[in-house]
Amino acid sequence: MDKISNLEKQIAYLQEVLRCKEEELRALQANEQHASFCSPDKLSKDDVERFSRQIIIPAIGCKGQMALKTSSILIVGVGGLGCPAAQYLAGSGVGHIGLVDYDEVECSNLHRQLLHTEDSIGVPKVTSASIALKKLNSSLRISEYHTQLNSSNALNIVQKYDIVIDATDNVATRYLLNDACVLSGKPLVSGSALRLEGQLTVYNYNKGPCYRCIFPKPPPPETVTNCGDGGVLGAVPGVVGVLEALEAIKIVLGCSGILSGQLLLFSAESSAFRNVRLRTRNASCDVCGENPKISHLIDYEQFCGAKATDKDSSICLLREEQRINAPALFDSFVSKCEGLLIDVRSPEEFEMCAVPRSLNIPLKNIDEPDSVSQIITALQDKQAEQNPFPVYVVCRRGNDSQKAVLMLEKVLKDQNVAVRDLTGGLHAWARKVDSDFPIY
Amino acid sequence: MTDGLQVTLEFGGGAELLFGNIKKHEVTLPVDDTPWTIRSLLTWMKDNLLKERPELFIQGDTVRPGILVLVNDADWELLGELDYKIESKDTILFISTLHGG
Repeated sequence: MDKISNLEKQIAYLQEVLRCKEEELRALQANEQHASFCSPDKLSKDDVERFSRQIIIPAIGCKGQMALKTSSILIVGVGGLGCPAAQYLAGSGVGHIGLVDYDEVECSNLHRQLLHTEDSIGVPKVTSASIALKKLNSSLRISEYHTQLNSSNALNIVQKYDIVIDATDNVATRYLLNDACVLSGKPLVSGSALRLEGQLTVYNYNKGPCYRCIFPKPPPPETVTNCGDGGVLGAVPGVVGVLEALEAIKIVLGCSGILSGQLLLFSAESSAFRNVRLRTRNASCDVCGENPKISHLIDYEQFCGAKATDKDSSICLLREEQRINAPALFDSFVSKCEGLLIDVRSPEEFEMCAVPRSLNIPLKNIDEPDSVSQIITALQDKQAEQNPFPVYVVCRRGNDSQKAVLMLEKVLKDQNVAVRDLTGGLHAWARKVDSDFPIY
Repeated sequence: MTDGLQVTLEFGGGAELLFGNIKKHEVTLPVDDTPWTIRSLLTWMKDNLLKERPELFIQGDTVRPGILVLVNDADWELLGELDYKIESKDTILFISTLHGG
């Protein structure tokens, strides 16, 4: 009996010793692993194997790779610029990436925003991008901000990062981001793209100029074209986004030759880069000058007279009787073959999709003599049929068509016509009348 | 043999859309008693080159906000802006800033 209980006691003791030893081992292993992955002064085996191709470049070395590993970069806008920028930063071994975007993935994003996939349509862009980036680099830390950057949250977010990348698509957010970076002392890598051109520069870096030094006044809203209206070839923001990542990496590495006080112009049409010299920092700049007027973030939509998104908003220039809805237009123009239908979109858009028998006269040409005589000729063929003769105007969303109605009423004042526009444009046509018509 | 000041005017970022969608114009500015400056060039461009909607290019006597003027690849602000005296063979680039992404 004694022998049995003795053995039991010894075993229990040894088990306790074993448990303690195992615990000690686990703690040591965890520590070692932590040290090898997170040591501030040492790269892990994995790091070396993964990043050797860039570590062996003298300008980078272990020191540079460590700098990347401990760096944090904020990307504002996870679209055509933000996707490639994020991808190359994640690939390079940057330790922490913040992603800001209020928007969800749409089908029309996929030609240029290549972190997103068909499966992620409707998913927040920050989530979609975060999933893709983690597949690329599982040790990357990502912070997602599914929110519109604004005057009340911008400083709080920006302050957490070393460098900010402006990959946004509108003027108001560009001023907001500039001021937030100046107020919190962060360099701002700024890129933009439209059609076949791109532009890139670095603001607020090493006593260089900020966005406001170069552009103290915002552009008139009517001169600003977004990608939805102007179009953009996917690879163009691809080029600029990758260059934004490159400038951010160079800043982390402490390289010389940062694109501060310079503007890089990229033309896909002529396959040319052109580097132009910008002005120096403006001592009387409203935000970074010696006596700044702006000491806290302001209302940027008001300052720019434009929304902080690239979505178009609806305008209302006409009275109700100057407009027609989609079912009524279908009944008149398609079913009863009444009237003349003028499509005021660009020829490229008209070629993509159009209502059969409609006549394409772009808005910018609508009051030119050639266009007016073209319309009058078309009217003369049919005008006897109805009195006054209906002239319908369509565009994509129902904004330009309203402007066209006002212009046509002037140039056709001697004709016996009733000019009306399609409320909601071809988007409404597609939703209410013809589900086969593309919404773009 | 041509009298006058030969300069190259270039447009980018969409500013070319106001100038017949042509990105590069080789022009000869007529001889004048006073030297050509960017200020007088803008007036000349408005009268001779601008195809549509001048308010999208010029506001008052200068370019509208959002257009950068670069003389031989340097910001005109470094050279005296409107008062810069244009020299023969200068290349003057008008670039509309882009905001898309």
